[in-house]
Amino acid sequence: MADFEFAAPVELDEALRLLSGTPGSRPLAGGTDLIDQLNAGRRTTGLVVDLKRIPVLMRLDVDGDGLHIGGARSCTDVQQHSAVRADYAGLAEACGLIGAVQIQNRAAVAGNVCNAAPSADTIPALISLSAHAIIRSQNGTRDVPLDEFFIGPGQTVLNDGEILEELVLPTPPDSSASAYLRFIPRNEMDIAVAGVGSYLEVDPNSKVITRARIALASVAPTPVRAREAESHLEGKVLSDEVIDEAAALAPNSASPISDVRGSAEFRLELVKVLTARTLRKCAERIG
Amino acid sequence: MAKIQITTTVNGDERELLVEPGWTLLRMLRDELLLTGTKEGCSNGNCGACTVILDGRTADSCLVLAAEADGREVTTVEGIAFGAELNVVQDAFMQDASMQCGFCTPGFIVSTTALLRGNPAPAEDEIRLGLAGNLCRCTGYDKIVKGVQDAAASLEKQGARL
Ligand SMILES: Cc1cc2nc3c(=O)[nH]c(=O)nc-3n(C[C@H](O)[C@H](O)[C@H](O)COP(=O)(O)OP(=O)(O)OC[C@H]3O[C@@H](n4cnc5c(N)ncnc54)[C@H](O)[C@@H]3O)c2cc1C
Ligand code: FES
Ligand code: FES
Repeated sequence: MADFEFAAPVELDEALRLLSGTPGSRPLAGGTDLIDQLNAGRRTTGLVVDLKRIPVLMRLDVDGDGLHIGGARSCTDVQQHSAVRADYAGLAEACGLIGAVQIQNRAAVAGNVCNAAPSADTIPALISLSAHAIIRSQNGTRDVPLDEFFIGPGQTVLNDGEILEELVLPTPPDSSASAYLRFIPRNEMDIAVAGVGSYLEVDPNSKVITRARIALASVAPTPVRAREAESHLEGKVLSDEVIDEAAALAPNSASPISDVRGSAEFRLELVKVLTARTLRKCAERIG
Repeated sequence: MAKIQITTTVNGDERELLVEPGWTLLRMLRDELLLTGTKEGCSNGNCGACTVILDGRTADSCLVLAAEADGREVTTVEGIAFGAELNVVQDAFMQDASMQCGFCTPGFIVSTTALLRGNPAPAEDEIRLGLAGNLCRCTGYDKIVKGVQDAAASLEKQGARL
Protein backbone atom coordinates (compact mmCIF):
# COMPACT_ATOMS: atom_id res chain seq x y z
CA MET A 1 0.00 0.00 0.00
CA ALA A 2 1.20 3.52 -0.74
CA ASP A 3 2.36 5.68 2.17
CA PHE A 4 -0.09 7.64 4.26
CA GLU A 5 -0.37 8.89 7.81
CA PHE A 6 -2.89 7.39 10.24
CA ALA A 7 -4.84 8.95 13.08
CA ALA A 8 -7.51 7.54 15.39
CA PRO A 9 -8.98 10.53 17.27
CA VAL A 10 -11.55 10.05 20.03
CA GLU A 11 -13.32 13.37 19.49
CA LEU A 12 -15.35 14.40 16.46
CA ASP A 13 -13.88 17.93 16.51
CA GLU A 14 -10.36 16.52 16.31
CA ALA A 15 -11.34 14.31 13.34
CA LEU A 16 -12.88 17.33 11.57
CA ARG A 17 -9.77 19.40 12.25
CA LEU A 18 -7.48 16.67 10.86
CA LEU A 19 -9.63 16.10 7.78
CA SER A 20 -10.02 19.77 6.92
CA GLY A 21 -6.32 20.44 7.49
CA THR A 22 -5.11 17.72 5.10
CA PRO A 23 -6.36 17.91 1.50
CA GLY A 24 -7.10 14.46 0.08
CA SER A 25 -7.44 12.84 3.50
CA ARG A 26 -9.99 10.03 3.95
CA PRO A 27 -12.24 9.05 6.84
CA LEU A 28 -12.11 5.31 7.64
CA ALA A 29 -15.12 3.41 8.93
CA GLY A 30 -14.97 -0.37 8.38
CA GLY A 31 -12.37 -0.10 5.62
CA THR A 32 -13.97 -2.81 3.46
CA ASP A 33 -14.07 -0.42 0.51
CA LEU A 34 -11.29 2.02 1.40
CA ILE A 35 -8.51 -0.41 2.35
CA ASP A 36 -9.12 -2.46 -0.79
CA GLN A 37 -9.05 0.73 -2.90
CA LEU A 38 -5.77 1.87 -1.28
CA ASN A 39 -4.25 -1.60 -1.58
CA ALA A 40 -5.10 -1.91 -5.24
CA GLY A 41 -3.87 1.63 -5.98
CA ARG A 42 -7.34 2.78 -7.09
CA ARG A 43 -7.14 5.56 -4.53
CA THR A 44 -4.29 7.40 -2.82
CA THR A 45 -4.40 9.51 0.30
CA GLY A 46 -2.05 11.39 2.58
CA LEU A 47 -3.99 10.69 5.77
CA VAL A 48 -6.47 8.08 6.95
CA VAL A 49 -8.63 9.10 9.93
CA ASP A 50 -10.21 6.15 11.77
CA LEU A 51 -13.70 7.15 12.96
CA LYS A 52 -14.48 4.12 15.12
CA ARG A 53 -13.11 5.50 18.39
CA ILE A 54 -15.40 8.55 18.29
CA PRO A 55 -18.41 7.76 20.52
CA VAL A 56 -21.02 9.87 18.64
CA LEU A 57 -20.11 8.09 15.41
CA MET A 58 -20.79 4.74 17.10
CA ARG A 59 -24.27 5.66 18.34
CA LEU A 60 -27.19 3.36 17.56
CA ASP A 61 -30.39 4.26 19.38
CA VAL A 62 -33.97 5.43 19.01
CA ASP A 63 -35.33 8.70 20.35
CA GLY A 64 -38.15 11.12 19.47
CA ASP A 65 -36.55 11.86 16.07
CA GLY A 66 -36.34 8.18 15.15
CA LEU A 67 -33.44 5.78 14.67
CA HIS A 68 -29.91 7.21 14.81
CA ILE A 69 -27.12 5.27 13.10
CA GLY A 70 -23.68 6.75 13.79
CA GLY A 71 -21.27 7.25 10.90
CA ALA A 72 -19.05 4.30 11.83
CA ARG A 73 -21.57 1.74 13.15
CA SER A 74 -21.35 -1.72 11.57
CA CYS A 75 -23.95 -3.55 9.52
CA THR A 76 -23.84 -6.42 12.05
CA ASP A 77 -24.75 -4.07 14.91
CA VAL A 78 -27.52 -2.41 12.92
CA GLN A 79 -28.94 -5.71 11.71
CA GLN A 80 -28.99 -7.18 15.23
CA HIS A 81 -30.62 -4.13 16.87
CA SER A 82 -34.11 -5.03 18.10
CA ALA A 83 -35.72 -1.76 16.94
CA VAL A 84 -34.22 -2.19 13.47
CA ARG A 85 -35.60 -5.73 13.22
CA ALA A 86 -39.02 -4.63 14.42
CA ASP A 87 -39.53 -1.31 12.64
CA TYR A 88 -36.98 -1.10 9.81
CA ALA A 89 -37.07 -4.62 8.36
CA GLY A 90 -35.94 -3.50 4.89
CA LEU A 91 -32.75 -2.05 6.38
CA ALA A 92 -32.09 -5.21 8.44
CA GLU A 93 -32.49 -7.27 5.25
CA ALA A 94 -30.06 -5.06 3.32
CA CYS A 95 -27.43 -5.13 6.11
CA GLY A 96 -27.60 -8.93 6.14
CA LEU A 97 -26.70 -9.02 2.44
CA ILE A 98 -23.44 -7.02 2.51
CA GLY A 99 -20.72 -9.56 1.70
CA ALA A 100 -20.59 -12.20 4.40
CA VAL A 101 -20.14 -12.25 8.19
CA GLN A 102 -16.52 -10.98 8.17
CA ILE A 103 -17.52 -8.03 5.97
CA GLN A 104 -20.73 -7.15 7.86
CA ASN A 105 -18.82 -7.17 11.14
CA ARG A 106 -16.64 -4.30 9.84
CA ALA A 107 -18.64 -2.53 7.13
CA ALA A 108 -20.52 0.54 8.35
CA VAL A 109 -23.92 1.44 6.96
CA ALA A 110 -22.57 4.99 6.54
CA GLY A 111 -19.53 3.58 4.72
CA ASN A 112 -21.85 1.87 2.25
CA VAL A 113 -23.61 5.22 1.77
CA CYS A 114 -20.44 7.34 1.42
CA ASN A 115 -18.78 4.90 -0.97
CA ALA A 116 -21.87 5.52 -3.13
CA ALA A 117 -21.70 2.49 -5.40
CA PRO A 118 -24.86 2.43 -7.58
CA SER A 119 -25.23 -1.20 -6.43
CA ALA A 120 -24.93 -0.49 -2.68
CA ASP A 121 -27.55 -2.54 -0.87
CA THR A 122 -28.36 -0.41 2.17
CA ILE A 123 -29.07 2.75 0.15
CA PRO A 124 -32.45 1.80 -1.40
CA ALA A 125 -33.60 0.49 1.99
CA LEU A 126 -32.52 3.73 3.70
CA ILE A 127 -34.14 5.95 1.04
CA SER A 128 -37.40 3.98 1.20
CA LEU A 129 -37.39 4.56 4.98
CA SER A 130 -36.91 8.35 4.42
CA ALA A 131 -33.40 8.51 5.92
CA HIS A 132 -31.63 11.85 6.34
CA ALA A 133 -27.87 12.37 6.33
CA ILE A 134 -26.54 14.61 9.08
CA ILE A 135 -23.30 16.04 7.71
CA ARG A 136 -20.72 17.72 9.94
CA SER A 137 -17.79 19.93 9.11
CA GLN A 138 -15.83 22.58 10.98
CA ASN A 139 -18.30 25.11 9.58
CA GLY A 140 -21.36 23.44 11.07
CA THR A 141 -24.03 20.87 10.35
CA ARG A 142 -26.28 20.26 7.37
CA ASP A 143 -29.19 17.89 6.98
CA VAL A 144 -29.66 16.29 3.55
CA PRO A 145 -32.48 13.86 2.64
CA LEU A 146 -30.70 10.71 1.45
CA ASP A 147 -32.39 10.76 -1.97
CA GLU A 148 -30.52 14.04 -2.61
CA PHE A 149 -27.14 12.75 -1.36
CA PHE A 150 -25.84 11.03 -4.52
CA ILE A 151 -24.58 12.77 -7.65
CA GLY A 152 -22.90 9.98 -9.61
CA PRO A 153 -21.19 6.62 -9.26
CA GLY A 154 -18.95 7.00 -6.20
CA GLN A 155 -19.90 10.66 -5.88
CA THR A 156 -21.90 12.34 -3.16
CA VAL A 157 -22.66 15.85 -1.93
CA LEU A 158 -19.93 15.43 0.74
CA ASN A 159 -17.13 17.98 0.43
CA ASP A 160 -13.55 17.50 1.61
CA GLY A 161 -13.43 17.86 5.37
CA GLU A 162 -17.03 16.73 5.87
CA ILE A 163 -18.09 13.65 7.84
CA LEU A 164 -21.40 11.84 7.64
CA GLU A 165 -22.08 12.07 11.37
CA GLU A 166 -25.23 9.97 11.38
CA LEU A 167 -28.20 8.70 9.45
CA VAL A 168 -31.57 9.48 11.00
CA LEU A 169 -34.63 7.42 10.07
CA PRO A 170 -38.01 8.71 11.29
CA THR A 171 -40.06 6.26 13.38
CA PRO A 172 -42.51 4.51 11.04
CA PRO A 173 -46.17 4.49 12.17
CA ASP A 174 -47.91 1.23 13.15
CA SER A 175 -49.56 0.45 9.80
CA SER A 176 -46.40 0.52 7.77
CA ALA A 177 -43.68 -1.87 6.63
CA SER A 178 -40.52 -2.04 4.53
CA ALA A 179 -38.63 -4.69 2.56
CA TYR A 180 -35.44 -4.99 0.50
CA LEU A 181 -34.60 -7.58 -2.15
CA ARG A 182 -31.81 -7.81 -4.70
CA PHE A 183 -31.00 -10.19 -7.51
CA ILE A 184 -27.56 -11.81 -7.77
CA PRO A 185 -26.63 -14.91 -9.74
CA ARG A 186 -25.23 -16.61 -6.59
CA ASN A 187 -26.64 -17.04 -3.09
CA GLU A 188 -24.30 -14.51 -1.46
CA MET A 189 -21.03 -12.59 -1.90
CA ASP A 190 -21.94 -10.79 -5.12
CA ILE A 191 -22.98 -7.35 -6.30
CA ALA A 192 -26.63 -6.61 -7.04
CA VAL A 193 -27.67 -6.85 -10.70
CA ALA A 194 -30.68 -4.90 -9.44
CA GLY A 195 -32.04 -4.12 -5.96
CA VAL A 196 -35.31 -2.65 -4.73
CA GLY A 197 -36.22 -1.19 -1.34
CA SER A 198 -39.91 -0.52 -0.69
CA TYR A 199 -41.91 1.11 2.07
CA LEU A 200 -45.70 1.30 2.42
CA GLU A 201 -47.86 3.13 4.95
CA VAL A 202 -51.63 2.60 5.01
CA ASP A 203 -54.63 3.97 6.85
CA PRO A 204 -55.35 1.17 9.38
CA ASN A 205 -59.13 1.28 8.78
CA SER A 206 -59.56 1.96 5.08
CA LYS A 207 -56.24 0.34 3.93
CA VAL A 208 -55.74 3.35 1.67
CA ILE A 209 -52.02 3.81 0.98
CA THR A 210 -50.97 7.10 2.59
CA ARG A 211 -47.27 6.95 1.69
CA ALA A 212 -45.23 4.82 -0.69
CA ARG A 213 -41.47 4.98 -1.18
CA ILE A 214 -39.61 2.77 -3.66
CA ALA A 215 -35.88 3.07 -4.35
CA LEU A 216 -33.81 1.19 -6.93
CA ALA A 217 -30.17 0.07 -6.96
CA SER A 218 -27.87 -0.83 -9.87
CA VAL A 219 -30.15 0.53 -12.59
CA ALA A 220 -28.90 4.13 -12.88
CA PRO A 221 -25.69 6.10 -12.14
CA THR A 222 -27.08 6.74 -8.63
CA PRO A 223 -29.75 5.11 -6.51
CA VAL A 224 -33.12 6.43 -7.76
CA ARG A 225 -36.68 6.66 -6.50
CA ALA A 226 -39.44 5.09 -8.59
CA ARG A 227 -41.62 8.18 -8.29
CA GLU A 228 -44.20 7.19 -10.90
CA ALA A 229 -44.83 3.90 -9.12
CA GLU A 230 -44.96 5.69 -5.75
CA SER A 231 -47.61 8.18 -6.88
CA HIS A 232 -49.64 5.42 -8.52
CA LEU A 233 -49.88 3.72 -5.11
CA GLU A 234 -50.65 6.72 -2.93
CA GLY A 235 -54.38 7.31 -2.42
CA LYS A 236 -55.40 3.82 -3.57
CA VAL A 237 -56.61 0.90 -1.47
CA LEU A 238 -53.77 -1.65 -1.05
CA SER A 239 -54.45 -4.69 -3.25
CA ASP A 240 -52.60 -7.22 -5.42
CA GLU A 241 -53.75 -5.42 -8.57
CA VAL A 242 -52.53 -2.02 -7.47
CA ILE A 243 -49.15 -3.58 -6.54
CA ASP A 244 -48.82 -5.12 -10.01
CA GLU A 245 -49.77 -1.83 -11.68
CA ALA A 246 -47.14 0.04 -9.64
CA ALA A 247 -44.51 -2.63 -10.35
CA ALA A 248 -45.12 -2.24 -14.08
CA LEU A 249 -44.43 1.51 -13.75
CA ALA A 250 -41.21 1.15 -11.69
CA PRO A 251 -38.90 0.45 -14.69
CA ASN A 252 -39.85 3.91 -16.07
CA SER A 253 -37.60 5.43 -13.37
CA ALA A 254 -34.62 3.22 -14.27
CA SER A 255 -31.95 3.95 -16.89
CA PRO A 256 -29.79 0.83 -16.70
CA ILE A 257 -26.73 -0.06 -18.72
CA SER A 258 -25.80 -3.49 -20.07
CA ASP A 259 -22.66 -4.97 -18.52
CA VAL A 260 -21.19 -8.34 -17.55
CA ARG A 261 -23.77 -8.72 -14.79
CA GLY A 262 -26.81 -8.32 -16.98
CA SER A 263 -28.36 -6.57 -19.95
CA ALA A 264 -30.36 -3.37 -19.60
CA GLU A 265 -33.48 -5.25 -20.65
CA PHE A 266 -32.95 -7.90 -17.97
CA ARG A 267 -32.45 -5.20 -15.34
CA LEU A 268 -35.73 -3.50 -16.29
CA GLU A 269 -37.53 -6.82 -15.89
CA LEU A 270 -35.80 -7.35 -12.52
CA VAL A 271 -36.98 -3.93 -11.33
CA LYS A 272 -40.57 -4.86 -12.12
CA VAL A 273 -40.37 -8.27 -10.43
CA LEU A 274 -38.46 -7.08 -7.34
CA THR A 275 -40.78 -4.09 -6.92
CA ALA A 276 -43.80 -6.40 -6.94
CA ARG A 277 -42.15 -8.80 -4.48
CA THR A 278 -41.01 -6.12 -2.03
CA LEU A 279 -44.42 -4.44 -2.11
CA ARG A 280 -46.11 -7.80 -1.43
CA LYS A 281 -43.74 -8.35 1.50
CA CYS A 282 -44.70 -4.92 2.84
CA ALA A 283 -48.41 -5.77 2.46
CA GLU A 284 -47.90 -9.09 4.32
CA ARG A 285 -45.95 -7.37 7.07
CA ILE A 286 -48.64 -4.72 7.54
CA GLY A 287 -51.11 -7.63 7.88
CA MET B 1 6.21 7.19 6.91
CA ALA B 2 6.78 7.31 10.62
CA LYS B 3 5.93 4.07 12.35
CA ILE B 4 3.19 4.04 14.95
CA GLN B 5 3.50 2.32 18.30
CA ILE B 6 0.56 0.08 19.16
CA THR B 7 -0.32 -2.30 21.97
CA THR B 8 -2.38 -5.27 20.89
CA THR B 9 -3.38 -8.46 22.65
CA VAL B 10 -2.59 -11.30 20.26
CA ASN B 11 -3.72 -14.78 21.29
CA GLY B 12 -3.85 -13.65 24.90
CA ASP B 13 -0.41 -11.99 25.02
CA GLU B 14 -0.05 -8.23 25.14
CA ARG B 15 2.34 -7.16 22.39
CA GLU B 16 3.96 -3.79 21.80
CA LEU B 17 4.64 -3.25 18.14
CA LEU B 18 5.86 -0.60 15.73
CA VAL B 19 3.73 -0.65 12.58
CA GLU B 20 3.59 1.39 9.41
CA PRO B 21 0.26 3.11 8.69
CA GLY B 22 0.06 1.26 5.37
CA TRP B 23 0.42 -2.22 6.86
CA THR B 24 -2.58 -4.48 7.06
CA LEU B 25 -3.22 -6.53 10.17
CA LEU B 26 -2.54 -9.59 7.99
CA ARG B 27 0.95 -8.35 7.19
CA MET B 28 1.65 -7.57 10.83
CA LEU B 29 0.56 -11.05 11.94
CA ARG B 30 2.50 -12.91 9.28
CA ASP B 31 5.64 -10.83 8.78
CA GLU B 32 6.18 -9.25 12.20
CA LEU B 33 4.74 -11.86 14.56
CA LEU B 34 5.45 -14.84 12.27
CA LEU B 35 1.94 -16.16 12.87
CA THR B 36 1.75 -17.71 9.45
CA GLY B 37 -1.37 -19.78 10.15
CA THR B 38 -3.34 -16.78 8.90
CA LYS B 39 -3.19 -17.05 5.10
CA GLU B 40 -3.24 -14.50 2.31
CA GLY B 41 -5.47 -15.56 -0.56
CA CYS B 42 -7.11 -12.70 -2.42
CA SER B 43 -6.07 -9.63 -0.33
CA ASN B 44 -9.45 -8.06 -1.01
CA GLY B 45 -11.99 -9.53 1.37
CA ASN B 46 -13.38 -12.24 -0.85
CA CYS B 47 -11.74 -15.51 0.24
CA GLY B 48 -11.62 -15.45 4.06
CA ALA B 49 -8.22 -17.22 4.23
CA CYS B 50 -7.03 -14.34 6.43
CA THR B 51 -9.95 -14.52 8.90
CA VAL B 52 -9.13 -13.62 12.52
CA ILE B 53 -11.26 -12.80 15.54
CA LEU B 54 -11.01 -9.11 16.38
CA ASP B 55 -12.66 -8.07 19.67
CA GLY B 56 -14.94 -11.11 19.54
CA ARG B 57 -16.00 -10.91 15.91
CA THR B 58 -14.50 -12.32 12.73
CA ALA B 59 -12.78 -9.97 10.29
CA ASP B 60 -10.73 -10.37 7.14
CA SER B 61 -7.32 -9.23 8.38
CA CYS B 62 -6.37 -8.11 4.84
CA LEU B 63 -9.00 -5.35 5.18
CA VAL B 64 -7.92 -4.11 8.61
CA LEU B 65 -4.99 -1.76 9.15
CA ALA B 66 -2.47 -2.95 11.71
CA ALA B 67 -2.77 0.44 13.40
CA GLU B 68 -6.50 -0.15 13.93
CA ALA B 69 -5.66 -3.07 16.24
CA ASP B 70 -4.20 -0.72 18.88
CA GLY B 71 -5.84 -1.56 22.21
CA ARG B 72 -7.84 -4.38 20.68
CA GLU B 73 -7.75 -8.18 20.99
CA VAL B 74 -6.84 -10.43 18.09
CA THR B 75 -7.17 -14.22 18.01
CA THR B 76 -5.62 -16.15 15.13
CA VAL B 77 -5.89 -19.83 14.30
CA GLU B 78 -2.79 -20.36 16.49
CA GLY B 79 -4.73 -18.99 19.46
CA ILE B 80 -7.77 -21.15 18.92
CA ALA B 81 -6.24 -24.42 20.07
CA PHE B 82 -5.85 -25.00 23.81
CA GLY B 83 -2.07 -25.17 23.99
CA ALA B 84 -1.06 -28.43 22.33
CA GLU B 85 -4.66 -29.66 22.37
CA LEU B 86 -6.80 -29.04 19.30
CA ASN B 87 -10.23 -27.51 19.70
CA VAL B 88 -13.30 -29.54 18.65
CA VAL B 89 -13.47 -27.80 15.30
CA GLN B 90 -9.88 -28.70 14.45
CA ASP B 91 -10.50 -32.28 15.61
CA ALA B 92 -13.66 -32.66 13.55
CA PHE B 93 -12.00 -31.18 10.43
CA MET B 94 -9.24 -33.81 10.80
CA GLN B 95 -11.65 -36.70 11.41
CA ASP B 96 -13.86 -35.69 8.46
CA ALA B 97 -10.99 -34.77 6.13
CA SER B 98 -12.61 -31.36 5.65
CA MET B 99 -9.65 -30.19 3.58
CA GLN B 100 -7.51 -31.06 0.60
CA CYS B 101 -4.73 -28.53 -0.05
CA GLY B 102 -5.53 -26.95 3.32
CA PHE B 103 -4.95 -23.34 2.29
CA CYS B 104 -8.46 -22.27 3.23
CA THR B 105 -8.55 -24.39 6.39
CA PRO B 106 -7.27 -21.93 9.04
CA GLY B 107 -9.86 -19.38 7.87
CA PHE B 108 -12.63 -21.96 7.99
CA ILE B 109 -11.57 -23.08 11.48
CA VAL B 110 -11.58 -19.50 12.80
CA SER B 111 -14.96 -18.73 11.18
CA THR B 112 -16.45 -22.01 12.42
CA THR B 113 -15.21 -21.37 15.96
CA ALA B 114 -16.85 -17.93 15.94
CA LEU B 115 -20.03 -19.37 14.38
CA LEU B 116 -20.37 -22.10 17.03
CA ARG B 117 -19.69 -19.63 19.83
CA GLY B 118 -22.75 -17.67 18.73
CA ASN B 119 -24.88 -20.62 17.63
CA PRO B 120 -23.76 -24.00 19.08
CA ALA B 121 -26.27 -26.02 17.02
CA PRO B 122 -26.56 -24.41 13.58
CA ALA B 123 -28.76 -25.87 10.83
CA GLU B 124 -27.09 -26.69 7.51
CA ASP B 125 -28.23 -23.47 5.84
CA GLU B 126 -27.00 -21.47 8.84
CA ILE B 127 -23.59 -23.17 8.48
CA ARG B 128 -23.41 -22.43 4.77
CA LEU B 129 -24.46 -18.81 5.28
CA GLY B 130 -22.15 -18.38 8.27
CA LEU B 131 -19.19 -19.62 6.20
CA ALA B 132 -20.10 -17.81 2.97
CA GLY B 133 -17.14 -15.46 3.46
CA ASN B 134 -14.69 -18.38 3.25
CA LEU B 135 -13.89 -19.87 -0.12
CA CYS B 136 -12.48 -23.32 -0.80
CA ARG B 137 -11.23 -24.26 -4.26
CA CYS B 138 -10.81 -27.97 -3.48
CA THR B 139 -13.42 -29.68 -1.36
CA GLY B 140 -16.79 -28.70 -2.78
CA TYR B 141 -17.73 -27.68 0.80
CA ASP B 142 -19.71 -30.80 1.75
CA LYS B 143 -16.95 -32.23 3.94
CA ILE B 144 -16.47 -28.83 5.55
CA VAL B 145 -20.16 -28.67 6.43
CA LYS B 146 -19.91 -32.21 7.83
CA GLY B 147 -16.90 -31.15 9.91
CA VAL B 148 -18.88 -28.25 11.37
CA GLN B 149 -21.87 -30.47 12.12
CA ASP B 150 -19.64 -33.03 13.85
CA ALA B 151 -17.89 -30.31 15.84
CA ALA B 152 -21.31 -29.05 16.98
CA ALA B 153 -22.35 -32.61 17.88
CA SER B 154 -19.24 -33.24 19.98
CA LEU B 155 -19.73 -29.92 21.78
CA GLU B 156 -23.23 -31.04 22.67
CA LYS B 157 -22.05 -34.49 23.78
CA GLN B 158 -19.38 -32.96 26.01
CA GLY B 159 -21.81 -30.33 27.27
CA ALA B 160 -19.00 -27.89 26.40
CA ARG B 161 -18.82 -24.47 24.81
CA LEU B 162 -16.07 -23.17 22.61
C1 LIG C 1 -15.98 -9.19 -0.22
C2 LIG C 1 -16.84 -7.97 -0.24
C3 LIG C 1 -18.20 -8.10 -0.47
C4 LIG C 1 -19.01 -6.96 -0.49
N1 LIG C 1 -20.34 -7.13 -0.71
C5 LIG C 1 -21.16 -6.06 -0.76
C6 LIG C 1 -22.56 -6.21 -0.99
O1 LIG C 1 -23.07 -7.33 -1.12
N2 LIG C 1 -23.33 -5.10 -1.07
C7 LIG C 1 -22.80 -3.85 -0.91
O2 LIG C 1 -23.57 -2.89 -0.97
N3 LIG C 1 -21.49 -3.68 -0.67
C8 LIG C 1 -20.66 -4.73 -0.60
N4 LIG C 1 -19.30 -4.56 -0.38
C9 LIG C 1 -18.76 -3.21 -0.27
C10 LIG C 1 -18.53 -2.69 1.17
O3 LIG C 1 -18.37 -3.73 2.08
C11 LIG C 1 -19.67 -1.78 1.63
O4 LIG C 1 -19.81 -0.71 0.74
C12 LIG C 1 -19.46 -1.27 3.06
O5 LIG C 1 -20.69 -0.92 3.63
C13 LIG C 1 -18.52 -0.08 3.16
O6 LIG C 1 -18.46 0.34 4.51
P1 LIG C 1 -17.08 0.55 5.29
O7 LIG C 1 -17.44 0.99 6.64
O8 LIG C 1 -16.24 -0.64 5.17
O9 LIG C 1 -16.49 1.76 4.43
P2 LIG C 1 -15.01 2.32 4.33
O10 LIG C 1 -14.24 1.46 3.42
O11 LIG C 1 -14.47 2.61 5.67
O12 LIG C 1 -15.35 3.71 3.62
C14 LIG C 1 -15.96 3.76 2.33
C15 LIG C 1 -15.85 5.20 1.81
O13 LIG C 1 -16.68 6.08 2.55
C16 LIG C 1 -15.91 7.06 3.24
N5 LIG C 1 -16.51 7.16 4.57
C17 LIG C 1 -16.76 6.12 5.43
N6 LIG C 1 -17.43 6.56 6.52
C18 LIG C 1 -17.61 7.89 6.34
C19 LIG C 1 -18.26 8.90 7.13
N7 LIG C 1 -18.87 8.61 8.29
N8 LIG C 1 -18.26 10.17 6.66
C20 LIG C 1 -17.67 10.46 5.46
N9 LIG C 1 -17.06 9.55 4.68
C21 LIG C 1 -17.04 8.26 5.11
C22 LIG C 1 -14.48 6.56 3.22
O14 LIG C 1 -13.55 7.62 3.22
C23 LIG C 1 -14.45 5.79 1.92
O15 LIG C 1 -14.26 6.65 0.83
C24 LIG C 1 -18.46 -5.68 -0.31
C25 LIG C 1 -17.09 -5.55 -0.07
C26 LIG C 1 -16.27 -6.67 -0.03
C27 LIG C 1 -14.82 -6.51 0.24
S1 FES D 1 -6.86 -12.65 1.86
FE1 FES D 1 -8.25 -11.59 3.09
S2 FES D 1 -10.15 -12.25 2.37
FE2 FES D 1 -8.78 -13.17 0.97
S1 FES E 1 -8.78 -27.30 0.76
FE1 FES E 1 -7.81 -26.29 -0.88
S2 FES E 1 -8.80 -24.36 -0.84
FE2 FES E 1 -9.91 -25.46 0.57
